[in-house]
Amino acid sequence: MSGCRVNVDAPEVAIREIRIGSITGFEGTAGQLVQCARAGKLRENKRTFSQCMGCSSGNAFCQLSMIQDAAMVNHAPVGCAGDFFAFNFVYRVGQMERKLPPVMGRYFSTNIEEKDTIFGAVQKLEATIREAYARVKPKAIFVTTSCASGIIGDDVESVTDRLSEELGIPVVACFCEGFKSKIWTTGFDSAYHAIVRKIVKPPRRKTNKINIINFWGSDVFTDLLGPLGYEPEYIVPFSTVEKLEHIAEAAATIQICPTLGSYLGAALEQVYGVPEIKAPLAYGLAGTDAWLRELGKVLGKAAEVESIIAAEKEKILPQLEAYRAKLQGKSAYVTAGAAHGHALLALLRELGLQVQGAAIFHHDPVYDNGDPRSDMLAHTVKTYGDIPNYNVCNKQAFELVNILHRVRPDLLIARHGGMTLWGAKLGIPTLLIGDEHLGFGYQGLLRYAERILETLDNREFVTNLAKHSTMPYTRWWLDQDPYTFLGGCAHGNVD
Amino acid sequence: MATLIEQPRFSCALGAQQTVVAIKRAVPIVHAGPGCSVKIASLIGQGEGYAGGSTIPCTNASEQEIVFGGENRLRQVIEGAFQVIDADLFVVLTGCTSDIVGDDVGQVTREFQALGKPIVFAETGGFKSNNYVSHERVVRAIIEQYVERHAEPRQGKIKNMVNLFATIPYQDPFWNGNLIELKRILEGIGLQVNTLFGVDSAGIKEWLTIPHAEFNILISAWPGVDLVKSLQERYGTPYYHFPYLPIGGVETSRFLRGLVDFAQLDRDRAEAFIKKEEEKFYSYIERTADFLLEFRYGLPRRFYTILDATYATGFAKFLLNELGILPAKQYIIDDTPVEHQERIREQFRHISELRSAEVVFSIDGGLIQEEIGAEKPQHRSLILGSGWERDLAREIQADLLPVGPPLTYRLVLHCGYAGYNGGLRAIEDIYDRVLDTYK
Repeated sequence: MSGCRVNVDAPEVAIREIRIGSITGFEGTAGQLVQCARAGKLRENKRTFSQCMGCSSGNAFCQLSMIQDAAMVNHAPVGCAGDFFAFNFVYRVGQMERKLPPVMGRYFSTNIEEKDTIFGAVQKLEATIREAYARVKPKAIFVTTSCASGIIGDDVESVTDRLSEELGIPVVACFCEGFKSKIWTTGFDSAYHAIVRKIVKPPRRKTNKINIINFWGSDVFTDLLGPLGYEPEYIVPFSTVEKLEHIAEAAATIQICPTLGSYLGAALEQVYGVPEIKAPLAYGLAGTDAWLRELGKVLGKAAEVESIIAAEKEKILPQLEAYRAKLQGKSAYVTAGAAHGHALLALLRELGLQVQGAAIFHHDPVYDNGDPRSDMLAHTVKTYGDIPNYNVCNKQAFELVNILHRVRPDLLIARHGGMTLWGAKLGIPTLLIGDEHLGFGYQGLLRYAERILETLDNREFVTNLAKHSTMPYTRWWLDQDPYTFLGGCAHGNVD
Repeated sequence: MATLIEQPRFSCALGAQQTVVAIKRAVPIVHAGPGCSVKIASLIGQGEGYAGGSTIPCTNASEQEIVFGGENRLRQVIEGAFQVIDADLFVVLTGCTSDIVGDDVGQVTREFQALGKPIVFAETGGFKSNNYVSHERVVRAIIEQYVERHAEPRQGKIKNMVNLFATIPYQDPFWNGNLIELKRILEGIGLQVNTLFGVDSAGIKEWLTIPHAEFNILISAWPGVDLVKSLQERYGTPYYHFPYLPIGGVETSRFLRGLVDFAQLDRDRAEAFIKKEEEKFYSYIERTADFLLEFRYGLPRRFYTILDATYATGFAKFLLNELGILPAKQYIIDDTPVEHQERIREQFRHISELRSAEVVFSIDGGLIQEEIGAEKPQHRSLILGSGWERDLAREIQADLLPVGPPLTYRLVLHCGYAGYNGGLRAIEDIYDRVLDTYK
C-alpha cells in the first residue's frame, strides 16, 4: 500500500479509524492481530461498559503547547483547559533538562459559557486570539477546538484565516474535538496537520539536520548522528516556529514512536520528499540492527553504520548476557500505547523475560507511510515469537485489573499515568518510565535492564501497599472473563 | 469585556466529579466526551481516591452519540458500573456533549432509581457553570434524589448533630485536612458533626442523617449559600454561615463563639475549650515571636492573595492580625457572582480595626500577574496563590506559598489550614519557604 494519506488542502485531518483503519478493541495473541491487520480484517469492537479515556485535544495540546515562541488558544469551556498546567509543568521540566531559561507556557481558554452555545462563540474566539497576541507577541498562535465548539458549529477555520491576515502571523486551527475519535493519538495527527499546512515552508536547500519526532525525551541522538555528520532536530516540543518552518529541509525523519509521528513523518515525505526511516524501532538487538542499517542506507553511510553496529555490540554483549542471567525466569505484563508498547515487548523478550501479555491502547494496521517494514508488532512477533493475552484496550483499567488478577506477573510495565496503581495495589512491582528514549538502541537495553532489576528488587512499598489497599472492583467482575464487555472478538478469520 | 482565561485555577461544571470522588465509596458516572474526566483530575485531582481518575465510568461520547443521542449508551454504562464497581452511591454527571444534544439523562437515571438502585444525576455540562457552582448542584442532587428517599423517617432533630458544609473538596486542595480540624473543634464545643466528605466521614450512611441535623454550618464566602437555604426550606434546618475560612486563634475563636450564640450552645463548655485551645496556640506564637521580631535578613512585609474568596479573606485576616504582614492588593479568582461581591469587599474594608484592603475580582490569571509585575513591589512580598505564580514570585523576588490549584509543586495529604492547628501549620509553611531562600 502506498496510497497518499496526507491531504494538506483539507482543514481537518481524517481520523485514524478512517484514514488507516485503526481499532481500540481486540483480544487474542499478537500474532493473530498482525495476521488480521495484514488481511484487512480488523474491525472495531465496542465495549458496552467503559471508563474515561484521554481525548484528541489533550494530545494535540501536548505537542503544540511546547513550541517556544507560539501561544495557544483553546476554544472551549474552562474545564478543557484542565491540562494546561500539567503540560506547563512538563514544559518546565524539559526547559530545566535542556538548560533553557524557565518560562511559563502561554495558554488561553476562550471560556465558552452557556449563552455562547446558543449564540455562537466566534466573537469570543477572535477577541481571545487578539488578546493572546497583544500579551505574548508570539510567532504563531494555535487554536485547538473542543466538543462544545464543534457541536455548536463555530467556523474556526475562517476566524483563524482572517486573523492570520490581520495579525501578520500564522494563526492556525487545529481540529481535535474529543468526540470525533476513540483514538486519542488522533490529536497528534491534528497538531501535525496544522503544522504541515500552515507553518512548514517548502525547502530552500537540504541541510544536515535529521528530524526526530518525539515527546520530551533525553538527547540520545547527538551521539549517534554526530559521527555520521548529522545533527538531530527534535520536533515538536521545544522547537521554535522558525525551526518548524524549515523541517522540510532535513535529510531524513526519524520516528521515536510511529504511534506519535506516523502522520508527520509521512506528510514530510509525501509533500516535501523528506525520507522517513522505515524500519522497526531500535529496541532489542534485531530491531536496532535493522533500524541502523536503514538509517545508513537513507543517509548513504552504510559502511560507517556497519562499524558502529559492530563496535557497539561488542561493547554491550557481555553486559547484556549478565542481565539476561539475572532476569531469567521472570515474567512481565505490559500496558502502553501502540508502537512504543510493541517496542517494549521486543525489549523485554530480548532481555529474556517471559512476557505474559499486553494491554495496548489501540492498533494501527498500517502507518501513514504504508510500509510494512515499519510494523513494529510484526517485527516483534517474527523475531521473538508470539505474545499471548494480547489485548487492545483504550486504557480501560477494569480490564487491566481483571487480567493482572489472573496473570500475576513478576513485573508490570506501564507507559501511561493512571495504570501503575493497579499493579501496585495487587503487590506487583510496577515500572513507569517517562523518558521514551531510555530503551533506545543497544545502550537502551542495558539502561532498561538496570531499571527492571531495581524495580524487581524494590518490593517493600508495593507489598505493604497491597496489604492495606481497597479495591473498587466487585468480586463478580474479577471472576468474569476480562473481555466480557467487549462482546467477543468479532475480527475476521484469517486461516 | 472579554471573559477569556489565561492560567485557569478552577474547572468547568463537570469539575464536580471530584465532589463525588470525595465521598466515601461514591463513584461518578460521566456522560461526556472522552478526556473530560482526565483533564479535571489533572487540574484538581491530587490522586485517584477510591474510584476517581482512571476508574471513573464514562460513556466517552463519540460522533454516534452526538448524532443519534446517547441515552442507550448511558444505560449500558450504568448497567456495567453496577456490575463492575463496588460502591454505595453512583452519581451520573453530564458533560458538554450530552447537554448540547439534549439527552434525557434524568429519565435514564430514574429507570434505575425505580429499581431501587443507589443512583442520582445532575446536569453539569461544562459550559453551564464552573465547579464552584456545580458542587452545590451535585450535593443537592444527592440530597433530593437519594437522601430524601432513603433517610429513616423521624420526628424531631437529633440533639447537637450538625452538617458541616465547608470548602469544595479538591478545588480546595486542603479540604480533607480542614474538615478534620473543623470537626475536632466543633466536637470540642459539644457537637456531633457530619463532615459528609473525606476520611473522617462515615460516607453515605452519614448523608442519610442530613435531614435530622439540628442545624447546618456553612464555611464559605458564597458557594453553598443556596444549598443551606434550600435545606432550611426542605427540612426546617437553620444555618450558621461563616463567610471565610477561619485560620488561627482570633478567627477560629470568633467562629466558635458566633456558633455558640447562634445555636445557644453550652457557653461554659465552649469557653473552656476555646481557652485551652488559645493557650496552646498562643504559646507557640509567643515562643516564636522573637524570631518574627528579630530575624535580621528580611521577612515578607506585604502579601498578595490570588485565591478564591473563602481562602483570600481567611488568609488576609490571619496574616495581618496574627503575623503583622500587611495586605497589598487582593485578587479573587473564583468568578464570584456580582451579587456576592459587595459582601466580600466589606470583609476587606474592615480587615483589621485599623486597615482596609483593595479587592479585585478577576478570573484571568495572566492579567493579574501582569498587574502585580507592573507594580514592582518595594518590600519583600509573600504571594499566596497557585503553581502559576512561580515566575511572578521570582520576578518580584517574593516568597510563594501555593495554596490554590494548580498546586503541582507540593503534595497534600492531610494538611489543612483551618482552625487553631491550621494556623500553626500555615505559619510553618510560610516561614519554611521564606527561610529556604537563605543558602
